[in-house]
Amino acid sequence: MLRDQDRIFQNLYNDLGPDLTSSQKRGDWVNTKEITDKGRDWIINEIKDSQLRGRGGAGFPTGLKWSFAPKEVGSRPHYLVINGDESEPGTCKDRDILRFEPHKLIEGCLIASYAIQAHVCYIYIRGEYFVDGQKLQVAIDEAYEKKLLGKNAAGTGWDLDIYIHYGAGAYICGEETALLESIEGKKGQPRLKPPFPALIGLYGCPTIINNVETIAVVPTILRRGGKWFASLGREKNTGTKIFCISGNVNNPCNVEEEMNIPLKELIEVHAGGVIGGWDNLQAVIPGGSSMPLIPKDKCETLTMDFDSLMAEKSGLGTAGVVVINKDQDIIKCMARIARFYKHESCGQCTPCREGSGWMWRMLERMAKGEASKDEIDMLGDVTKQIEGHTICAFGEGSSWPVQGLLRHFKDEIKKRNKFDPIVKENKNIPYLVDQHLLDKNA
Amino acid sequence: MSLRRPAKNQPENFEFNPSSLEAAKSIVAKYPEGKQQSAVMALLYIAQKQNDNWIPLAAMKYIAKFLNMPYIKVYEVATFYSMYNLSPVGKYFVQVCTTTPCMIRGANKLVEACKEKISEDESVLSNDKSCSWMEVECLGACVNAPMMQINDDYYEDLDKEKTLKILDKILNGEKPTPGSYRGRINNEPENNRKTLMDLKNA
Repeated sequence: MLRDQDRIFQNLYNDLGPDLTSSQKRGDWVNTKEITDKGRDWIINEIKDSQLRGRGGAGFPTGLKWSFAPKEVGSRPHYLVINGDESEPGTCKDRDILRFEPHKLIEGCLIASYAIQAHVCYIYIRGEYFVDGQKLQVAIDEAYEKKLLGKNAAGTGWDLDIYIHYGAGAYICGEETALLESIEGKKGQPRLKPPFPALIGLYGCPTIINNVETIAVVPTILRRGGKWFASLGREKNTGTKIFCISGNVNNPCNVEEEMNIPLKELIEVHAGGVIGGWDNLQAVIPGGSSMPLIPKDKCETLTMDFDSLMAEKSGLGTAGVVVINKDQDIIKCMARIARFYKHESCGQCTPCREGSGWMWRMLERMAKGEASKDEIDMLGDVTKQIEGHTICAFGEGSSWPVQGLLRHFKDEIKKRNKFDPIVKENKNIPYLVDQHLLDKNA
Repeated sequence: MSLRRPAKNQPENFEFNPSSLEAAKSIVAKYPEGKQQSAVMALLYIAQKQNDNWIPLAAMKYIAKFLNMPYIKVYEVATFYSMYNLSPVGKYFVQVCTTTPCMIRGANKLVEACKEKISEDESVLSNDKSCSWMEVECLGACVNAPMMQINDDYYEDLDKEKTLKILDKILNGEKPTPGSYRGRINNEPENNRKTLMDLKNA
């Protein structure tokens, strides 16, 4: 288990209070000027040395991302945007940072803004977190009052303004370009890349977008050194991470742990074990609903980091661990996730808009045992036609969990759905899968 | 995508009251000059607050004029985002999360409670027109599942009995205390916490 002194979020459980004075006692804002005095290149190199990977799901190296920002500010200003649109089912880590460790985030914003030469930072918070956003606003006001923000912020000689922008209930705005569209006051529909936001982003200006957790760990990394951070976890998967353990466990909780921690330790030690004992475990979704589930036999030895989960054809994502025990109907669970994606598709690309609905309807029927045998393969086919055929990664996010189900629980589906093909002729016409057509004349 | 339609009965006029107007102006000032369109989401939210939790078409027209942008652009935004209510939802708007992490911890019991107390179908006003409920997608408090949101506040760690009590309160016009209903103030494990114990005991 990670030593307490190596935990970055000392106030994760609000034992000490989120206000400025208590935060300063924990080391926030202590020597911000000394850090920025070392220069942009030093900051970016130190982050590169720490091998910090983005905590928002994709795991892109943060130092590398920052180095994409233009070195000189041209006619267009630079922007820093913080992604706090945490909507992935199973994930609730950013909420705790917003309400309990806001000063880590604000200081991180200042340092990151300095490194990428931005004078304005927008923090995008999902609309449902209005109350938690208000708590962050209190912390921002506090920082302005103590001259830690605004002109010559914290004595660094750098001017920075931070504004909160609330979302309004769209999961897709967690995608970085959709988030930018949303800040610009439009529908949150992702943009085509390239051009990448680092060159043409918010209002057409160079923009760096990072997750709340990524930015909040930056000040601590710079204080304690990139080497310290890199010494935790394993190579390319370094540092600590907040894991959210929810679902059928005795003590659902958020906990900061070292990367590469065994999944079993996470569940047994921190979350008090699976309800009904370890043998009652059915499957685990390791990284928020977009990541394919992992059946019990693999959970025994699984370690939680980006690359080892990738090797299991899943992913760390946002590290939202959803534990599903044998009392649950696994097909129904996945059908509900498919319904989530059907509801949240932005409607821009046809494969995703239509396909997410197909997947949901087929899974609902499979959960009831009303599907035909050949629909199982057809479902796999639908997921393949969505994946990779959309502008953003939502297509993958919606089809991967279904693929995971098909990969590991195909027998379960087959056992329940024994019907012969309902439409015996012309069954290659894919739109006959639509529910209303089947209902009319089977 | 979800199907969203504006209500049939629409008020003729809408205007910000003085406090909304002040809030709106301070929000527009957050964005660079010429980019006031960015404020549209926040302004729609303010309009919704002012107008008993829903946005009439008149408010969209008013906001379009206020921000000097085409009405259709405001309409697009208002119909795209699911938090903008396009028809009346009552003074207390109950949203029950039923996505998988909540579902496997018994969110359907919360839905049952809402059906018993408020109305049989979702998005239908209760008899006294004071509240309505609906199933929503993940609200991002999965560790505190099952949970629901009433207006801006989260009610966490619920079961059917606790939900019925909360709903009784709002039907009586009182505001129940938000937060966890198993006494949690944070997301620590409820017992057997293993980390940061020095701070807990300090």
